Amino acid sequence: FLAFSLHPGAGQDVGRSCILVSIAGKNVMLDCGMHMGYNDDRRFPDFSYITQNGRLTDFLDCVIISHFHLDHCGALPYFSEMVGYDGPIYMTHPTKAICPILLEDYRKITVDKKGETNFFTSQMIKDCMKKVVAVHLHQTVQVDEELEIKAYYAGHVLGAAMFQIKVGCESVVYTGDYNMTPDRHLGAAWIDKCRPDLLISESTYATTIRDSKRCRERDFLKKVHETVERGGKVLIPVFALGRAQELCILLETFWERMNLKAPIYFSTGLTEKANHYYKLFITWTNQKIRKTFVQRNMFEFKHIKAFDRAFADNPGPMVVFATPGMLHAGQSLQIFRKWAGNEKNMVIMPGYCVQGTVGHKILSGQRKLEMEGRQILEVKMQVEYMSFSAHADAKGIMQLIRQAEPRNVLLVHGEAKKMEFLKQKIEQEFHVSCYMPANGETTTIFTNPSIPVDISLGLLKREAATGPVPDAKKPKLMHGTLLMKDNSFRLVSPEQALKELGLAEHQLRFTCRVHIQDPRKEHETVLRVYNHLKGVLKDYSVQHLPDGSITVESILIQATAHSEDQGTKVLLVSWTYQDEELGSYLTSLLKKGLPQSTS
Amino acid sequence: MAAHLKKRVYEEFTKVVQQQHEDLSTKKLRLTKPSKSAALHVDLCKATSPADALQYLLQFARKPVEVESVEGVVRILLEHYYKENDASVRLKIASLLGLLSKTAGFSPDCIMDDAINTLQNEKSHQVLAQLLDTLLVIGTKLPENPSVRMRLVEVACKHLTDSSHGVRNKCLQLIGCLGPVEKGVAKEAENQAAKDVQKIIGDHFNDQDPRVRTAAIKAMLQLHERGLKLQQTIYSQACKLLADDYEQVRSAAVQLIWVLSQLYPESIVPIPSSNEEIRLVDDAFGKICHMVSDGSWVVRVQAAKLLGSMQQVSSHFLEQTLDKKLMSDLRRKRTAHERAKELYSSGEFSSGRKWGDDAPKEEIDTGAVNLIESGACGAFVHGLEDEMYEVRIAAVEALCMLAQSSPSFAEKCLDFLVDMFNDEIEEVRLQSIHTMRKISHNITLREDQLDTVLAVLEDSSRDIREALHELLCCTNVSTKEGIHLALVELLKNLTKYPTDRESIWKCLKFLGSRHPTLVLPLVPELLSTHPFFDTPEPDMDDPAYIAVLVLIFNAAKSCPTMPALFSDHTFRHYAYLRDSLSHLVPPLRLPGRKLVSSPVSPSITPHEDPSQQFLHQSLERVYNLQHLDPQGIQELLEFTIRDLQRLGELQSELAGMADFTATYLQCQLLLIKALQEKLWNVAAPLYLKQNALASAAAKQILEETYKMEFMYSGVESRQVVIIHHMRLQAKALQLIVTARTTRGVEPLFGMCEKFLQEVDSFQRCFISELPHMQGSFVDKLLDLMPRLVTSKPSEVVKILQTTLRQSTFLHLPLPEQLHRATANIIEPTGESDNPLRFTSGLVVALDVDATLEHVQDPQGTVKVQVLYPDGQAQLIHPKPADFRNPGPGRHRLITQVYLSHTAWTEPCQIEVRLLLAYNSNRSKASARIPKASWNESLEALPPSENGIEGTIPFSKPVKVYIMPKPARR
Repeated sequence: FLAFSLHPGAGQDVGRSCILVSIAGKNVMLDCGMHMGYNDDRRFPDFSYITQNGRLTDFLDCVIISHFHLDHCGALPYFSEMVGYDGPIYMTHPTKAICPILLEDYRKITVDKKGETNFFTSQMIKDCMKKVVAVHLHQTVQVDEELEIKAYYAGHVLGAAMFQIKVGCESVVYTGDYNMTPDRHLGAAWIDKCRPDLLISESTYATTIRDSKRCRERDFLKKVHETVERGGKVLIPVFALGRAQELCILLETFWERMNLKAPIYFSTGLTEKANHYYKLFITWTNQKIRKTFVQRNMFEFKHIKAFDRAFADNPGPMVVFATPGMLHAGQSLQIFRKWAGNEKNMVIMPGYCVQGTVGHKILSGQRKLEMEGRQILEVKMQVEYMSFSAHADAKGIMQLIRQAEPRNVLLVHGEAKKMEFLKQKIEQEFHVSCYMPANGETTTIFTNPSIPVDISLGLLKREAATGPVPDAKKPKLMHGTLLMKDNSFRLVSPEQALKELGLAEHQLRFTCRVHIQDPRKEHETVLRVYNHLKGVLKDYSVQHLPDGSITVESILIQATAHSEDQGTKVLLVSWTYQDEELGSYLTSLLKKGLPQSTS
Repeated sequence: MAAHLKKRVYEEFTKVVQQQHEDLSTKKLRLTKPSKSAALHVDLCKATSPADALQYLLQFARKPVEVESVEGVVRILLEHYYKENDASVRLKIASLLGLLSKTAGFSPDCIMDDAINTLQNEKSHQVLAQLLDTLLVIGTKLPENPSVRMRLVEVACKHLTDSSHGVRNKCLQLIGCLGPVEKGVAKEAENQAAKDVQKIIGDHFNDQDPRVRTAAIKAMLQLHERGLKLQQTIYSQACKLLADDYEQVRSAAVQLIWVLSQLYPESIVPIPSSNEEIRLVDDAFGKICHMVSDGSWVVRVQAAKLLGSMQQVSSHFLEQTLDKKLMSDLRRKRTAHERAKELYSSGEFSSGRKWGDDAPKEEIDTGAVNLIESGACGAFVHGLEDEMYEVRIAAVEALCMLAQSSPSFAEKCLDFLVDMFNDEIEEVRLQSIHTMRKISHNITLREDQLDTVLAVLEDSSRDIREALHELLCCTNVSTKEGIHLALVELLKNLTKYPTDRESIWKCLKFLGSRHPTLVLPLVPELLSTHPFFDTPEPDMDDPAYIAVLVLIFNAAKSCPTMPALFSDHTFRHYAYLRDSLSHLVPPLRLPGRKLVSSPVSPSITPHEDPSQQFLHQSLERVYNLQHLDPQGIQELLEFTIRDLQRLGELQSELAGMADFTATYLQCQLLLIKALQEKLWNVAAPLYLKQNALASAAAKQILEETYKMEFMYSGVESRQVVIIHHMRLQAKALQLIVTARTTRGVEPLFGMCEKFLQEVDSFQRCFISELPHMQGSFVDKLLDLMPRLVTSKPSEVVKILQTTLRQSTFLHLPLPEQLHRATANIIEPTGESDNPLRFTSGLVVALDVDATLEHVQDPQGTVKVQVLYPDGQAQLIHPKPADFRNPGPGRHRLITQVYLSHTAWTEPCQIEVRLLLAYNSNRSKASARIPKASWNESLEALPPSENGIEGTIPFSKPVKVYIMPKPARR
């Protein structure tokens, strides 16, 4: 069976992904994320859940990280360095490159800004990264003799991957976050028909079917274009990685196409470093970028320049991407305060904003904001909302299930109520069972594993020669002896089995009496039986022996008169164990009686 | 004749050489033509190892085999086949057998039995497959022999149980290509144990090997292509194959389903898991739609393409392809398209500024939402959003085809097409603009849609902008605001990209003439007239003002009330524009002004007949004049030529025709002039001058004939004969002139022979046309042919001279349509006074933009020539991708020409022009000679057929000022 345990994180919740899978005796941890909402112990998964005593390294065979978002990899240094894990960690090349930048940034904010202690250090991040093994797409990595993993493209962010984990013939596919519709810089997730026993899918948008991406893009571009033509300034608060690159490409190509001259700025920081990796990992991007990078790498922006604080006061139109994305602090808020008073300007929120942030306030229509120091900021600039999210929607999830054809589906990383809907849909549509465990809950899924058995060539050929022509699509019955010895299975011929085991052969014979009403003489009855069988069993050799018995292949049939009733003849049918099939057929045939004399 | 002789000599030669071989070794062989086969046999006998034998065979394969010796060679090969132990050699022999049976003129039925026999004892699967392939070739060579086909099919059926996929593949292919198609034959054959081919192939749909499954489907499709009506029963089988693990199987299955849906559109199929039934075409449509979200992009492209041609599908199914029910948190959400529509109908402009503007409205019944429908839901939405642009293009094309046949669908898909204008790949954008243009007669653009369409006008790609202009030419706009918006955006476009001038004017011309009533209320505003005050007169040379005027004048054409709104200067500007841009400004009936009936009057149709009549009359006149004195003929010809040329200038429709005939008459005139009797009677010393005249005439006629042959589209074979005939005459003239001027006989021998060869090839090419050429030069010449071949050059010349003079003038029949190829270089304009400066030794790129009309295959024929002041000429072949095809018969060349030169002291002009390259080999005449080619080896053609390559300049040269500066050290 396949045990699946959902563990400290994930489950019916967004953020803090961490899943433990036991598959055929192997334990694999999928993702190791943190929760953005907490600042105490709850932000990391509860690793004591895995083993109470004993080292993690002994218990876990490997750890797999699907992509570089902190809710999927944020707890990794804590897990490997502070809790202690020395086994292999797998991630794709881009993830391995970008992940430490984000972890370092995260550490800086928590330790340097908030002054927390007892947090992982820069050195720990470095040490942790040394344990990482990078994998390529579609490369099968043998973790040990039995466990192998394989990465598939997942879209979502650069380097995001879905992983197939396989032990023997049992397999699990873990999707991480994925996107089934391509965007401006990444392609769509793709998987082959690998028919896993279990598909673990995220379900962030379990109840949403999204509008086409084009409308959103067009709206966005149109709004930016109009504002710039009016001479206004556009502020786009973004998080440094992921969507920001998509929007950059979008604006860059638009500027190029429309021959626009207004400057676009990007606030510096970790973005530049990350952008460097975007330039490098061209193979992970979408068709357009891959095809044109020989002429020009799309991430080498022509129109987008680094932002300097002083630029905010420059006259004339401009577009600025600034961090953070929810306008709660930092550069984006500073610029916002400068520009808010002019109705020609515009702010575009490309993502969701948490309650309490300035972003959320302006989105909900507040026009007067109270800033620190009792200042009242009047917002005259236009406020727009554009959703650019890179998760698969309900239709996308269904599409992936259709592609992979799993036997079971398990939904994680979503809200319980929404998952319930999707679960019901999946079961109804694909007729596979679907699970949605809560945090800390363990789900056990029984599989029907096929067990490989060695068979000697001689036996195979002999068995294949009998009966109808082999058809690869149909199962075929074979006779042989199954030997289970030294943890291996072998199918051998009975003689060989006897020889190997040093046993003598025993003959097993079945005999059966069949009563037939026939007033005639014995040998006449025999003749009738003979003719009847000959007529029915055309493919077998039916012989009438001189001593008054009949043989069908090796089955012997004799007829004697009943001792009491001369009108009843007793047919004695005798066959060996090997001919069981034919023998039982013959008896049932004879039991039906002989056809009425045909003269 | 001489060519024949030569060939014979070659043949003799080869025979001699190879017969020696035969004498040496293989005396016992009796062969029809021993040459090739004997040599091969010797080689194969010599071969000590399989590798050796293989080498010999490979060498042998490089040489052609004559038809007569094919059979012998096949026998030899077969003999070795049976002896050979090595599978690779047998494989090569088998493939050679196939190649040999392809030889033109060889009927392979004599070797069929042997080929079938070889199959019997063959063990190697590869060789078996190759042999079956050979049989396939043999079978296809014998299309009129059903019994042979039956036999081959039987053989194939026997081998279908082979364990190798390659063999099964070939068997299926063979059955597909040769299986009986007519019902009658199939029934007859039933007795002969040959079963229904469809069933045999159908059984292999479930083969274990995906390649065999694919081959089975392909064979089925092949049968369909050959005209067999496939049974409906395979539909369900094919549907199962759609879920196959292998993409090539799925891809082929999609095709099969499509074929079946076209065959049985109306039959009813049940829907599994419910009791309902639907039409087969709808079911198939749903299934193919499903494949648009397949895992493999090859299948997706295939599916998307096929969707376009399923026009019988019911409309509600069709409309579902654009439907993707949106929801958010289980509540129904409206799509952005629906929102835009609503805003529009409520009379409000899109605000779209509130967060949650798209907030979900009603709750959705969870049971009713079907996330992956088996139906057609959202297929196009997915297709248009696909990752691969190939799929997107295919989807756009399919959308186009479906929308052309269904107006309601066209209306619905509009939003999606408009969205595609923003695709990241230019090809897709362009394709969607073209699609929109094609369906534009079915749609009317809403204002918000027009807005998005017009936004693309700022695109930096010229192709996109021009495609958009074309689109605007034929769109329907619903409101006057729409027209205004379009005008404003076009003017914006004009200021940003001034080079688009012509295209924008043209666009406005159509926009105006299509929407006169919508333009009318805008006129005062557009002309900025004021009821009381005179406004300043706008600048007449401002392209933007001209653009506005073009719009207004074209609208005014069908709106008589409009001129009343014009101010005085508008009328003046009208008169000016009417003259300078007559193709853009229509004649108007203006109050107080007489409509001057210009030579080109508004309606051309009534005039067409008289001018055509005129053309024919003048030609008649010329042809009837056989007996006038030479002087009279010359004069008449001159007049007629002048008339025709004038007619061509006046009537653009007849220009091609008139020019063509004028050229022909010109040739005739030159010929007559050159043949004037008195010229030839003068003594040799005085003769030089006349000689110059005659040889110049001959040369000019040659040139003109090439022009006639290659510069006109629509020239039929009847004309080609006449042209060639004229050319022949010119060549005769050349010969005569040379004969009279050169001393000695030796050079004449060659010339005569060459001429006779040409006559010979003329006869061979146009044998069918000869009866129409009674009394012509060639007719007389052919009568005298036996005498010519034997006589001396001087006699030949004499005969030629008399025949040339006596021969009649051939009537030139005119084809239906005749167009002269023209080219017009738009850029460089040649007006610039600023020289293009560059460092000598380096290159500078010159943008060339030209329109070509009526050029067939411009990619192969159009060249750019650059002439430097020092007489150096450079010929540039533009890339095929530089040619665009905006409309039928029209092409556009946008390319870059690289210039370079050594340093000059001062700027100077170079000339750029377009040339039409021709090659007389490519002409329609030689295309008829069947080329006897065996595999890749082509023997050199006889010299007479060697093409004369040349170029015809067909555009006005443009001068470009350049200045290569000396390099600074």
